[in-house]
Amino acid sequence: MRDTQGVDREIRAILDEHGRLPVAASTLKEDADLYQAGLTSHASVSVMLALEDAFDIEFPERMLKKSTFESVMAIHNALLELIAEVA
Amino acid sequence: MTSAGTTSDLVRRAARIGEDVAAPAADDVDRKARFPVEAFEALRADGLLAALVPQEFGGPGASVGAVAEAVEALARHCASTAMVFAMHQLQVACLVRHGRSALLRDYQRLLASQQPLLASATTEIGVGGDIRTSICAVESAEGRFRLEKKAPVISYGENADGVLATARRSPESPPNDQVLVLCIAPGLSLEVISGWDTLGFRGTCSPGFVLKAEGDDGCVFDDPFADIATRTMLPVSHILWSSVWLGLASAAVDRARRFVRSEARKTPGVTSPAAVRLAELMTIFQQMEEQVRGLARRYEEVCDDPEALSTMGFAIAMNNLKVSASTLVVDIVGRAMIICGIAGYREDSPYSLGRLLRDAHGAAVMVNNDRILANNAQMLLVHKE
Repeated sequence: MRDTQGVDREIRAILDEHGRLPVAASTLKEDADLYQAGLTSHASVSVMLALEDAFDIEFPERMLKKSTFESVMAIHNALLELIAEVA
Repeated sequence: MTSAGTTSDLVRRAARIGEDVAAPAADDVDRKARFPVEAFEALRADGLLAALVPQEFGGPGASVGAVAEAVEALARHCASTAMVFAMHQLQVACLVRHGRSALLRDYQRLLASQQPLLASATTEIGVGGDIRTSICAVESAEGRFRLEKKAPVISYGENADGVLATARRSPESPPNDQVLVLCIAPGLSLEVISGWDTLGFRGTCSPGFVLKAEGDDGCVFDDPFADIATRTMLPVSHILWSSVWLGLASAAVDRARRFVRSEARKTPGVTSPAAVRLAELMTIFQQMEEQVRGLARRYEEVCDDPEALSTMGFAIAMNNLKVSASTLVVDIVGRAMIICGIAGYREDSPYSLGRLLRDAHGAAVMVNNDRILANNAQMLLVHKE
């Protein structure tokens, strides 16, 4: 079971690897707007795939929208919801 | 200003202007690649340029579905006129659904009373056709903005009264953090930098421009362009463009039908091969018609629900509409050509399909189908339904 900080770290690592942001994810506040930070809709799909793989979950259709991935916190909340469903 | 009209009233008025004004000018507009001035004078005189403006601002508050049918009615007579009308309505739709500043609300009142023609500057030289990326940026100081953009294409730029342009939010913003800006007189200047001599849609007069604009900060939309694009620009453009192509296809089908009928009169009682081809063509036309109407209805069902408009499933469906309708229109005009034979191939016959065929080929390249399919391919990696 992952702790909250671990989840946060993993999200940021995935953003660094797949988000193609002009800045390091560690510099972003957890509620910073990722799209304003440079996340494109194309890159957000790569981030989704990596998150699904890393956390062994699938984002359902209702979560496949811009707001789910708009900040580290929003991604975190979505993951917690999905992990709780699995558990 | 004409009063609020029903869908059928709006469509009837567009059809009348199409028949009486756009049709007689269509060949001249095409040959000279000139703007369809007379059709737009008539559309303005009839209040149709303000069709989407809500009643609270003095417009008739027509729905996108009603405007789509008006676009289709115009396209039966002149596809260039219909395409300009469609692109203008798309800009109005963005204003109506996302323009919340006092200035943008006032502009909707002006749209209702004076019906300015609005153009679009979403593409930019250097971004390779990706409208979700900008190089130019809004520079804002003391409540005023400045913007300079090199646009490879601004359709009917020389005839437009205003332009909705995309740009980065600020000079510090990344390329995808875009805003939409209403650029209007007296702060708007457009310098032509290229020509417009194309195979079809010649009357849309779409050369490149250097756009320079300045004005009040209220001209900058509050909603990020990413949201405007997803919720309004993408679905409404695909519905209205597809309606242009549907009207164009319907004109081709009409010529094929008239040709088959005139041939049938010469040999009563015999079902000609062309008549069977026409029956076959109608199955494809019906497929296109139902698809365009169905997706327009689907948009209307969710148009006030930002969540539903933002799902991948919806975006994929609207992209499918564009790819499918733009492919079917070429197929349909080509089949009409086989039915009409040499009469369709001639430029001087009542069954002539030359202009329709040239216009039809514009559909797949205006926002290239390959780009749209690549976007869908990416979304389908995570889309599940």
